[in-house]
Amino acid sequence: MKLTGAEILCETLTRLGVKHIFGYPGGAILPVYDALGKSKLHHILVRHEQGATHMADGYARATGGVGVAMATSGPGATNMVTGIATAMLDSSPVVCITGQVSSKLLGTDAFQEVDITGITMPITKHNVVVSKVEDIARTVREAFIIANSGRPGPVLVDITKDAQQATAEFDWEASAPKLPVKRQRNNHDQEEFDRAVELLNSAKRPLILAGRGIILSGAMRAFEQFVHTSNIPVAMTLLGIGCFPASDPLNLGMMGMHGEAWVNNAIQEADLLIAVGMRFDDRVTGDLRVYARNAKKIHIEVDRAEINKNVKVDAAIIGDAGETLAALLPHIHERDHGAWLAHITGLKGDSAVRDIQSLPDSGHLYAAHVINDLWKVTGGNAIVVTDVGQHQMWEAQYYHHNAPRTLITSGGLGTMGFALPAAIGAKMARPDAEVWVIVGDGGFQMTMCELATIVQEKINIKIAIINNGFLGMVRQWQEFFYDKRYVATPLVAPNFAALANSFGIRGETVTARKDVVPTIEAARKSDQTVLIDFRVEQEDSVYPMVAAGAALHDMIRRPNNPLVETATEP
Amino acid sequence: MQTIVAYVQNKPGVLNRVASLTRRLAINIDSLTVGPTDNVEIARMTICAHTDERGATRLEASLEKLVDVLLAENISDRPMLERDLALIKVAAGQQNRPHLMELIKVFRGRVVDVALDSLIVEVSGTVDKIDGLLEVLRPFGVLEMARTGRIAMTRGNDLLRPPAEAGQEAAGSKASAEQ
Repeated sequence: MKLTGAEILCETLTRLGVKHIFGYPGGAILPVYDALGKSKLHHILVRHEQGATHMADGYARATGGVGVAMATSGPGATNMVTGIATAMLDSSPVVCITGQVSSKLLGTDAFQEVDITGITMPITKHNVVVSKVEDIARTVREAFIIANSGRPGPVLVDITKDAQQATAEFDWEASAPKLPVKRQRNNHDQEEFDRAVELLNSAKRPLILAGRGIILSGAMRAFEQFVHTSNIPVAMTLLGIGCFPASDPLNLGMMGMHGEAWVNNAIQEADLLIAVGMRFDDRVTGDLRVYARNAKKIHIEVDRAEINKNVKVDAAIIGDAGETLAALLPHIHERDHGAWLAHITGLKGDSAVRDIQSLPDSGHLYAAHVINDLWKVTGGNAIVVTDVGQHQMWEAQYYHHNAPRTLITSGGLGTMGFALPAAIGAKMARPDAEVWVIVGDGGFQMTMCELATIVQEKINIKIAIINNGFLGMVRQWQEFFYDKRYVATPLVAPNFAALANSFGIRGETVTARKDVVPTIEAARKSDQTVLIDFRVEQEDSVYPMVAAGAALHDMIRRPNNPLVETATEP
Repeated sequence: MQTIVAYVQNKPGVLNRVASLTRRLAINIDSLTVGPTDNVEIARMTICAHTDERGATRLEASLEKLVDVLLAENISDRPMLERDLALIKVAAGQQNRPHLMELIKVFRGRVVDVALDSLIVEVSGTVDKIDGLLEVLRPFGVLEMARTGRIAMTRGNDLLRPPAEAGQEAAGSKASAEQ
């Protein structure tokens, strides 16, 4: 059957199981939009193409499937760059389809022409220009495979306008993917495997470092069995949160720059670290020269390029997390690490006392209160999408996740403005789930135009703005390292509740601690989007903190002040 | 200096992608050559990088992640042959021409062009050999030089061949990888 390139694209996407496309039309992609209207695909019109990419990313993170974003050439494509880089650094399977000028015009600086494949080369897993209608179906099918295989990542497909308009015979079988045949490495190294087993069974102070790879592999069960058989405690990266229930006694919590103090201290004292699906990012290691010097290291990782990249390891097992853990399980002796676990508990010391949660009510509203109350009211079962900054770290500390894909956050790139659109994507992927956005007043202003998308698509999410009148995390650094010289951090914001109302969204403002829970509960009862502006303490800092370049055990702790002195054991 | 040999898809843009990768990894490339193989769809690339073994391992692994790279192998530690080719235009008047030609013969180079005041030497060999000839020619006046960059090959029965051609099985397994 003869179809236009645009129709072939829509038919291919439909057959690949795509239901939602987040996008913004324009000249170079207009033929596709015409075909979209005739297809069964649900297109969500965004307000900025950056929003489209974050929505596709949130969609992918919520389900593990591929998220799809679409934009026109030129500025439409360049507006996707930030979102693509966000997906790249967090290994998220996103396919971006961009229109491109007619192939005869390529390279002539035509209207709205940019070399988007050149621009996105370092931030995509793969990208390609399609200028022949016969190549559209096969290329798109290949893009989906590339995006979601091995270590996932974003793929960009740039389709010229004449390819969209030309016609060709559409034959599904004939357009089967023909990806280049690569050399198959035999990743199984028995020597490394045996060494890992030996290290595991002889360690006296072992610790597991759990990352996003476990979630990407779907290896939660295998991981749980591994942990419970070996009795080894688990520390998580930010993106690993949810891979293992927070309620499990062996789950120590997040590690790294804003991880809890006892977790970082335990890592520095360990004699064996087992890294699963994590990449020893600098946020997690602190100064590499003094990182876990007492520990041997095992690295279980699917991406060969990550082995020995940052940290030299003693045993590397290259492979899928789930398969590797299952293969190791029969060889692991059940051990009693009671003394080591008791020691770690002892490391908690007075942390609980210093925690803001335990401090007597000073009449001030702290972000930690809001987030912890939200955790309690939602039973810890919501999908929480955070933006970037202090609130993001407090979320990791005070909202405890027991399931994977319930914390969606930009870790690798740390993209402000991620939360609102990503939450829209997550809700479209999981319409039955309760979705909460936790975002700062700074990040919210970056992509707040997507409030209109929420209204147009009749989406129901809850938005909690942690509003402190500052770019909080930067202010904190200026407080610690620049003598409180707050340059470009005090931030004027609109009245967010009034802003929400102007979009037709219910808005609330909360300034007192006692109003937090009632407002959250009222918002949950509504079947429409509700925005809550929580006016919190302006100069509050995330503790503990490992300063950039400092050793992991060298943490800045909450300073003693009268409030801390009067606190008691909770 | 680390030497990596890669087999890549012989398509426009692949060279760009590999160069972009080395830039992203902040690895300094000394030379990068690419040429066709006896299979018109596959090209062979030789990359010489200013890095240590750890950097080369990272580059090799990162190269293999690229869809268009079929195989990448660090051959620095293996017995191998390395060749560079240079065309060198030297100032050569009546007086010193015979002397020049003797020197060139010692390095087993060939004179491939002669003009009134200059001649062009073609010489191939290891980098050291070409550098050596260059040193000796410098006093005469090197007017122009073009070098191809290094190609390399492992010795003897140590074969580095591109992966087998995509057969029915490969296409089938890819199809099932969808969805």
